Amino acid sequence: MEKIGVFVCHCGSNIKGNVDTAAVVEQISHVDGVAMAVEYPYMCAEAGQAMIRNAITEHGLTGVVVAACSPRMHEATFRKAAERAGLNSYMVEIANIREQCSWVHRDTVSATKKAVALARAAVAKVHRNTPLHPGESSVTKRALVVGGGIAGIQAALDIAEAGFEVTIVETTPSIGGKMAQLDKTFPTLDCSACILTPKMVDAAGHDNIAIHTYSEIEKVEGFVGNFTVSIRKKARSVDMDKCTGCGDCWAKCPVKRVPSEFDSGLCNRTAIYTPFAQAVPNVPVIDRTNCVKFKTGRCGLCRTVCQPGAIDFDQQDEIITENFGAVVLATGYDTISLDKFGEYAYHDSPDVLTALEFERMTNAAGPTDGRIVRMSDGHKPKSITFIQCVGSRDITNRGKTYCSKICCMYTAKQAILIKDKYPDVDVQVFYIDVRTPGKNFDEFYRRAAEEYGVKYIKGQVGKVVNVGDTLHIQAVDMLEGRHMDIQTDMIILATAIQPSATAKTTAGMFSSSVDQNHFMTEAHPKLRPVESHTAGVFLAGCGQGPKDIPETVAQASAAAAKVIGLLVKDKLMTNPCTAATDEDLCNNCGLCGNVCPYGAITYESKLTASVNNALCQGCGACVVTCPSGAMDLHGFTNRQLMAEVDAICK
Amino acid sequence: MLEIMKQRAKELLESGRVVRVLGWQRGDFPNLREPVFFTTAKQLDNLEYDRFCAANLSKYLIGTDVPTLAFLKPCDTYSLNQLVKERQINRQMTYIIGIGCEGSAKLTDMEENGTLERCLVCTKTVHAAFDELIGEDAAPREKNDRFAGVGEIEAMEIAARYTFWQDHLARCIRCNACRNICPVCHCKKCVFDNTKYDTAQRANASAFEEQMFHIIRAYHVAGRCTDCGECNRACPQAIPLHLLNRKLISDINHMFGEYQAGTDTETPGPLTNFDIEMDKEVGL
Repeated sequence: MEKIGVFVCHCGSNIKGNVDTAAVVEQISHVDGVAMAVEYPYMCAEAGQAMIRNAITEHGLTGVVVAACSPRMHEATFRKAAERAGLNSYMVEIANIREQCSWVHRDTVSATKKAVALARAAVAKVHRNTPLHPGESSVTKRALVVGGGIAGIQAALDIAEAGFEVTIVETTPSIGGKMAQLDKTFPTLDCSACILTPKMVDAAGHDNIAIHTYSEIEKVEGFVGNFTVSIRKKARSVDMDKCTGCGDCWAKCPVKRVPSEFDSGLCNRTAIYTPFAQAVPNVPVIDRTNCVKFKTGRCGLCRTVCQPGAIDFDQQDEIITENFGAVVLATGYDTISLDKFGEYAYHDSPDVLTALEFERMTNAAGPTDGRIVRMSDGHKPKSITFIQCVGSRDITNRGKTYCSKICCMYTAKQAILIKDKYPDVDVQVFYIDVRTPGKNFDEFYRRAAEEYGVKYIKGQVGKVVNVGDTLHIQAVDMLEGRHMDIQTDMIILATAIQPSATAKTTAGMFSSSVDQNHFMTEAHPKLRPVESHTAGVFLAGCGQGPKDIPETVAQASAAAAKVIGLLVKDKLMTNPCTAATDEDLCNNCGLCGNVCPYGAITYESKLTASVNNALCQGCGACVVTCPSGAMDLHGFTNRQLMAEVDAICK
Repeated sequence: MLEIMKQRAKELLESGRVVRVLGWQRGDFPNLREPVFFTTAKQLDNLEYDRFCAANLSKYLIGTDVPTLAFLKPCDTYSLNQLVKERQINRQMTYIIGIGCEGSAKLTDMEENGTLERCLVCTKTVHAAFDELIGEDAAPREKNDRFAGVGEIEAMEIAARYTFWQDHLARCIRCNACRNICPVCHCKKCVFDNTKYDTAQRANASAFEEQMFHIIRAYHVAGRCTDCGECNRACPQAIPLHLLNRKLISDINHMFGEYQAGTDTETPGPLTNFDIEMDKEVGL
């Protein structure tokens, strides 16, 4: 005979304020198998937990039901308490009478009625519970970081410093990411490259860090502690071991008109190139789509001039396979395409720039050596206009509904940089709102507006027309309610940012998910902000959501801490709530394997499905797909769930 | 055509290409044509093929482990594909002769003019799988909308809809003919017979047929049902079971795009596939 103890929590007044807990105790104590029922103000407090432990010992309880808050909050707490008193933790069930009762129902009568029903369901489930025991799996003590921007570099450095090997995989020819393209950083105006490049060098020189640039994730198998990842190292056409980085090759390259990705297309690069002077590794890449040798078979000048003989036109993509225990996804961002934003004349006038293009222009190492000029005629502009929220906070389907978060601050920064260099230039900013939450952020914005005299105009620009050598702007000043028709020499667009194109596919390969905007989803927006939904896969940087450099670095270090916490373990406990096949019922139809998001189901025996417990995450998709009920989930068996439904419907 | 079928079957049997032949022969009643395995050339003299050979023979190929020749009408080949996809039929062990079809007739129709409802709205007029063909693909049909009946029920008030189904389902005698004849009902043990989950006991409760059995069955075959119409044909109580299946097919078409189960042996079914992209597109 089961002896079940029911413990009803008040959660202060959170539950008791709207649920008659005494009535719950009274009614549940008459249910079959309930040996005792009590209530207490805070079950999760030490005294409450002690009550549960003592009751297990005194009454010899075979099962426990805690009627309290969501199991996501304290299921683990109460299971641990039971375990300490010698009861298998899977004999504990939670009835959520807070989020599902007291908080959502207005009147006490119906909230109480539902609380009793949920407690009864939990009791019915405990009747059918069986003790479960977690298994163990090993941990490969190496980490993979996908993305070599500041997020990836920071995470890799932190993990490497803790003594674990890290591999960085970066798609472009150099690590550094978007931060390497920036000029100064807000709100301190320190030089981006000056603070980033030392970190790049640290990463490159670290004994525990291996860097694969110009590489992509090809395939992922395995699970937390035991990922097997294939990495495609794209053919660089340059032997990394022989190259000295002298630069003779690209000096001689006859193809000189490929728009430079690093300089946001403001100037050109050669077909064999390193993206920027401080690139890590300092080894060029041949862009085969633009190289004359690859297009026509003739040329080969770079090979002729290369003293060490590093140029290798026959190099093939190489696929390497490595094992990792944990993964950090730091795939970063891109700016959105402006194809659908014709009103800003971006494609009509070379004097309309995106903010990222302007970063290159104002950078002393950029194509204009830091001089701010009109791309159309090379003249210094007399007036520069910023337009914010280009595609951000845009509820039409051409833009993004979210706030890109960094634009208000970098717009203020760029305005200050202009005013610093050329105090005589008129600078104005069209904005919807100026959002400056952050340490020293609002002060920074006010400096732009008050000290530097940047004109902030609340309103959106309706149309930009390129007339002769000036840009005509039609806009509305919303505060004064007047129509504006103004002329300016240069426009800088605060273009919305979006996750880089690889974010979704990369997340998919790790069975992790992305949201409607393709940002990677964290396991819990507040309490697990750097974990993905897949155990052992962590998130850092703008791939997870728009954020500035300090936030990115903080998140990267947080992800690194999670990785380190995982890699120091020798064994991982596996979740015992996994699926299992009833071999007498299974007819091997293959439907369960089709729906399994984790590739945990195989049919190797040829007779029945079999579940790899280490891969199975207990989602239950296979269980509901199986027509014959041959698949069942430990801890959430069909019988247990049916018993709960029956108890509620009684 | 029947003579050519007999001829080819005998050739394949005698050459050792197959060791048995799945077809139809005359049954005990005038228009009854029953499925049968022939193993000798002599037996094949009894092979029949006419409008009364309505039975979908695909299900009899489940688990076949000897080379077997089967005569399949165009619509039957969709069931074959679905069963190959669900790994119930080893296609290597089958030799499929696709045969032309002009629509099957009701067993009870002595006048030979009562074409089956499923044939009046047939959309599967082309063989989806075969090793050789005898006769034409199916004869073209009038363009009747197979979802018309579903639309009529959807247009009813909820109370009227409930009454409609209660009236029909109350006639169910739980003979299980619909389940037994359904090609994709191939579980080793049906959940309704399974004591493991307490469902078998529930099956004895009152109103079970009206409220649970057929609905659950329709859901179990959702996304896998080829709309072969055998459940409807087999029902001795003339319950319009095809309407339940077609309602689900129609919903699937709306949510996931047009899908015909059994078109091939590879395409993942809309409800039995994990695809993050597709999940998001379903605007439920």
